[in-house]
Amino acid sequence: MNINLTLIGQSLTFIVFVLFCMKYVWPALIGIMVQREQRIADGLEAADRADKDLELAKKEAKKKLHKAKEQAATIIDQANKRGSQIVEEAKEQARAEADRIKTAAQAEVAREVSQAREELRGKVAALALAGAEKVLESSIDASSHNAMLDKLAAEL
Amino acid sequence: MASSEGTVSATDYIQHHLQNMTYGKLPAGYHRHQADGTMSVLEQDTWTLAHSSAEAKDMGFMALHLDSLGWGLFLALLLGFTFRRVAKTASSDTPRGLQSFVELIFDFINSTVSDIFHHKNRFVAPMALTIFTWVFMMNLMDLFPVDWLPFVAQKISGDSHLFFKVVPTTDPNVTLGMSITVFLLMIGFSIKEKGAWGFIKELTCHPFFAPPKLWYLNIILVPINFLLETVALIAKPISLGLRLFGNMYAGEMIFILIALLFSVGLVLGLVGGLLQWAWAVFHILVITLQAFIFMVLTTVYMAMAHDIHDEEH
Repeated sequence: MNINLTLIGQSLTFIVFVLFCMKYVWPALIGIMVQREQRIADGLEAADRADKDLELAKKEAKKKLHKAKEQAATIIDQANKRGSQIVEEAKEQARAEADRIKTAAQAEVAREVSQAREELRGKVAALALAGAEKVLESSIDASSHNAMLDKLAAEL
Repeated sequence: MASSEGTVSATDYIQHHLQNMTYGKLPAGYHRHQADGTMSVLEQDTWTLAHSSAEAKDMGFMALHLDSLGWGLFLALLLGFTFRRVAKTASSDTPRGLQSFVELIFDFINSTVSDIFHHKNRFVAPMALTIFTWVFMMNLMDLFPVDWLPFVAQKISGDSHLFFKVVPTTDPNVTLGMSITVFLLMIGFSIKEKGAWGFIKELTCHPFFAPPKLWYLNIILVPINFLLETVALIAKPISLGLRLFGNMYAGEMIFILIALLFSVGLVLGLVGGLLQWAWAVFHILVITLQAFIFMVLTTVYMAMAHDIHDEEH
């Protein structure tokens, strides 16, 4: 219970302890606590932002999907049109080709007919000449009757 | 009752428990009573351990309470080491274990201090932390049964009469040492913030001050003010230190009285055990509260030292 040097010893210990805490303990730990507070605040803010972003992205995705569907519908429509068009064209082409082939065939036929006729005509003349030769049993001067025979042939 | 030799009277037991281990200077020519009853006279000034309360008293101011200082220092080192380790390994990730416990204390101190103290000072919050944790730890020593640590100390030292008080805050030197340090800091900050003249004005021109027209009244008022303010100023460290000391001393005393019951008999011993438990539980509140009060008052005094009275004088 006596007051003595202990008083001063305690004061010195106290001061040293306070200075130690002030220099090495308090700022370090408080700094870390403040830093954590900042991090938590940042994290919450980021979470909020992410929520908003998510909502926006959802909206965006919906819009895009809608657009894509529309586009797909248009493309299918176009394809259908194009398909029927191609079919039409093919039909048209086929018809034209058929016409062309028919015309060519007709022309061929006509040509062959006229050729046959030419041939026939020539042969008729010779035949008629041979017949007449046989009938007359005398040689006929071909050159003198040629005119008459040609006339005959032309009449065929 | 481990420390008493069985035949020791209750008074001796109590007195023995209230005596610090004192290391001090005995003057030349001092008559020492030896343990075997003989007397010896010191030929020169001697630094030694006091063998009795009377010797401790005769040592006067030139003496140290080794137990108070030792435990105080030990607890300070323990706290300092723990805090330093936590501060070094702490990260701003999720705190765990010791770190979150220490941060809890820091947060508590920080919010308490920032509620009371609104000025910019890097010193005050660490001081509040030091005071709260250190005083709490020193008070906590009170919860060890009164004979345990002295018994161990006596066995280790081999001196069955060794004085050993384990609660530093039951030593007025310790509490007053801290409160006087706080007081000196308070005056220091006061002068730093307001200047020496401001500090003197605060002591002399307050609470009574005559208007300029009646300036001659101040000749009477200034000494009155000075007296009042000085008493108020001095009362701060004294009350701060003695409050803690008184509370802890009384608590310690009751623990000692309860411990006396253990030697009386089985029934009273059991009652004593129950009482000791009950008082210890209650004391948990007291030691925390006293540590908190010491911290808050210190912070308040620091705030007062920084507050500038905006009165026109």
